Amino acid sequence: MKALVIAQLTFREGLRKKLVLGVVLLSLVFAALYVWGFHLFVQDWRAMEAHRQAQGATTILPYEVFASAMVLLGLWTVNFLAGVMTIFAAVGTIASEIEQGTLHAIVPKPIRRWEIVLGKWLGYAGMLAMYIGVMVAIVTTTAHFIGDYQPPNILQAYGLILLVALMLLSLTMLGSTLFSTVANGVIVFMLYGMAITGGLVEQIGTALDNDVLVRIGVIVSILVPSDSMWRLASYLVQPRIAVNFLGPNPFGTTVPPSSLAVWYSVGYMVVLLLLAMARFQRRDL
Amino acid sequence: MSNNTVPQHGDWAIETNGLRKVFGDRVAVADLSLTVGYGEVFGFLGPNGAGKTTAVKMLVGLIRPTAGSGLVLGRPLGDHHARRQIGYLPELFRFHDWLTGEELLDLHGQLYGLSRAERRRRIPEVLELVGLAEAARRRVRTYSKGMQQRIGIAQALLGSPRLVILDEPTSALDPLGRRDVRDLIRRLRADGVTVFLNSHLLSEVEAICDRIAIVNRGRVIALGPMSSLLAGELVVEFRLGALPDGTLAALERVIQIDAVQHGERPVLVARATDETAVAQAVDLLVRAGVPVYGVIPERRSLEDLFVQLVNEERSEPQ
Repeated sequence: MKALVIAQLTFREGLRKKLVLGVVLLSLVFAALYVWGFHLFVQDWRAMEAHRQAQGATTILPYEVFASAMVLLGLWTVNFLAGVMTIFAAVGTIASEIEQGTLHAIVPKPIRRWEIVLGKWLGYAGMLAMYIGVMVAIVTTTAHFIGDYQPPNILQAYGLILLVALMLLSLTMLGSTLFSTVANGVIVFMLYGMAITGGLVEQIGTALDNDVLVRIGVIVSILVPSDSMWRLASYLVQPRIAVNFLGPNPFGTTVPPSSLAVWYSVGYMVVLLLLAMARFQRRDL
Repeated sequence: MSNNTVPQHGDWAIETNGLRKVFGDRVAVADLSLTVGYGEVFGFLGPNGAGKTTAVKMLVGLIRPTAGSGLVLGRPLGDHHARRQIGYLPELFRFHDWLTGEELLDLHGQLYGLSRAERRRRIPEVLELVGLAEAARRRVRTYSKGMQQRIGIAQALLGSPRLVILDEPTSALDPLGRRDVRDLIRRLRADGVTVFLNSHLLSEVEAICDRIAIVNRGRVIALGPMSSLLAGELVVEFRLGALPDGTLAALERVIQIDAVQHGERPVLVARATDETAVAQAVDLLVRAGVPVYGVIPERRSLEDLFVQLVNEERSEPQ
């Protein structure tokens, strides 16, 4: 399978990109801040609890609601960083290599063009799976060791955050077979931003009981289902009591997308990748 | 390179029929029909913008023709199986320059489907062949332009191809490097490899090519063996002694006199259809008692032919 040769090359190249290095450094800063923040939160909570007990008052909300909110914030950041990294890493993967001419020596080799696209996708996917895995592990181990808290369904949440990144990867790669690097970057970031805004609009709609706003959110999540998969991840990774307490909010939801939405997102990822392959198959270089 | 065991498909290594490529409203290649024989070193010439690189890209499957058809190694353009046996050096190429020369060749070897053992044997061979053995472990980014061109040639030869397509292979090389490439192409020919050479350097093409095609405005305007294209008519300079009256008139019957420089030792510049006519003219002069001090044939160079053909085209209405 020649696609794996390209996957390996893409993976190695990805690790060398300065931009990716930048994201990794940023992520390290995030990890340090997160550990510190979680530590401060636990300290405050204990002080508050001690104070309350001294006054003889009862605990209104259990600890896990707050710990869960901390985890949710951490995972939201991971999800966001992963999305940004996906787009930055893959934005020029086809377009800029056509512009630079690196593909001109690769394409005439006995490798099918769709294998090149698939290989690149697999290479980035491997990189993202690793990156998101490490970041999710940082969040959960911080929660575990510093906050003595274990969020539920963390593997499902990992899978869904990865799905978000892979959908964006397919979208970015399709754009890269159609547009120049810069145009593709602008378009994909706009779509990504739109998806996030659409998710917020839907939450506001739910809070206000406004059908039109909810419908706008749904339509956006059909166009770019990245935010809806994040909402599902956030729903799963919180205990029910935390979901109910928080209500509709910027980072989560009270109405999780159905399993149909998950299949839609998987289909979205596959179909966009297939479109990218088909487009590259016919493109003049 | 042991390519002799592979059976030949079809009569020609490359055969195209009315290949055409239009980008928007710009015709890059109008109508390209040519044939390249197996084992030939074929020169592909033309002025800038004649559509040469577009034509080459169609041959290797980077670009789909708008119309027309072609066979490379007996298979349709861009055919997956033919590519295994084609080595290609793109004109404007850039490699993954964060790899070392060795790693880059390993990558391309894997793309050719060479096994680990084959790669281990073949990579040092081609590095040696292009004179980069010492730079094998250096990153391609640190290579000079000439070295990058050499590594480009190395990746084209890696799969022991039967057909090598080189698009401007010596543009970044110094005279010594150019001679190396010339020697390399001769070696390929000796091994029975077909070489398709797209080059601006007419002297280089003249020195190594068996057959050539000259293209202009996306059309082939001359195609054939180098020797017969250059032959055409013969221009000869005669250095003579005193000319008796009537000799010139007699000569005119055998050859066409273009210029006469009279004097104590007249010089004639004449055109003849072939060498026999020149011999007849000399015979006639000797019989008339004219001393013949010299008969100097002026060989037509490829450059003369090229300039003449392209200029003729230019003066014709489109």
